[in-house]
Amino acid sequence: MKVRVRYFASIREAVGQAGESVETAAASVGSLRDELIARGGAHAESLARGKAVRVALDQLMADESQPLREDCEVAFFPPVTGG
Amino acid sequence: MQARVSIQTADFDLSQEVAALRMHDGRVGAVCAFVGTVRDRSDGACVSSMELEHYPGMTEKAIDSMVDEAHRRFDIYAVRVIHRIGLLRPLDQIVMVAVTSAHRSESFRACEFLMDYLKTQAPFWKKEQTPDGARWVDARIGDDAALARWGIEQRNA
Repeated sequence: MKVRVRYFASIREAVGQAGESVETAAASVGSLRDELIARGGAHAESLARGKAVRVALDQLMADESQPLREDCEVAFFPPVTGG
Repeated sequence: MQARVSIQTADFDLSQEVAALRMHDGRVGAVCAFVGTVRDRSDGACVSSMELEHYPGMTEKAIDSMVDEAHRRFDIYAVRVIHRIGLLRPLDQIVMVAVTSAHRSESFRACEFLMDYLKTQAPFWKKEQTPDGARWVDARIGDDAALARWGIEQRNA
């Protein structure tokens, strides 16, 4: 399936793009993260396990067990620091 | 009806916002407002400016649902949240939360609840300019603890 992936803040800077369309077989947000890590390079470094990475699914805070759907929007970002 | 949540680059006027919030509402006996501003130092470094990034669409929805939750938890009448984005400098205003209620306790608590919630669950990110270069601000564990006081165990930092 095709999903829309978005990156914000330090992760956006590290991977050098704000978003991309990804063709994936991943069933969950966490599996998608693993697929992106497997690319190596900046993706592996900025999304690495053990790093504080927060995720949103269709613009709601999510956890990695949540399932992906066709054309869903998955965002990866560092802990938020507004206010 | 006036928007409850605004994400904007422009500055805001607290007096105007409060006047609009309580206009024609004779039930209101308390207004509580919080304004957050840019400090000129952070973790021992001088900050010359700050860039605020957000997640267009999600940020507005996230704060709007926090306002809904505040209405469920507290006996309040009206809420206004403004958060600025883009380039800000020391002394600039960043964020405003204003709440009206009949009695002070409800608007005090709702205002603090909304700020605690916003700090840890609304997608904003700050990048500071310091003499050593630019750096992304780290989330604080203490902010998660502040949210936990309200019975919400959602980890951010």
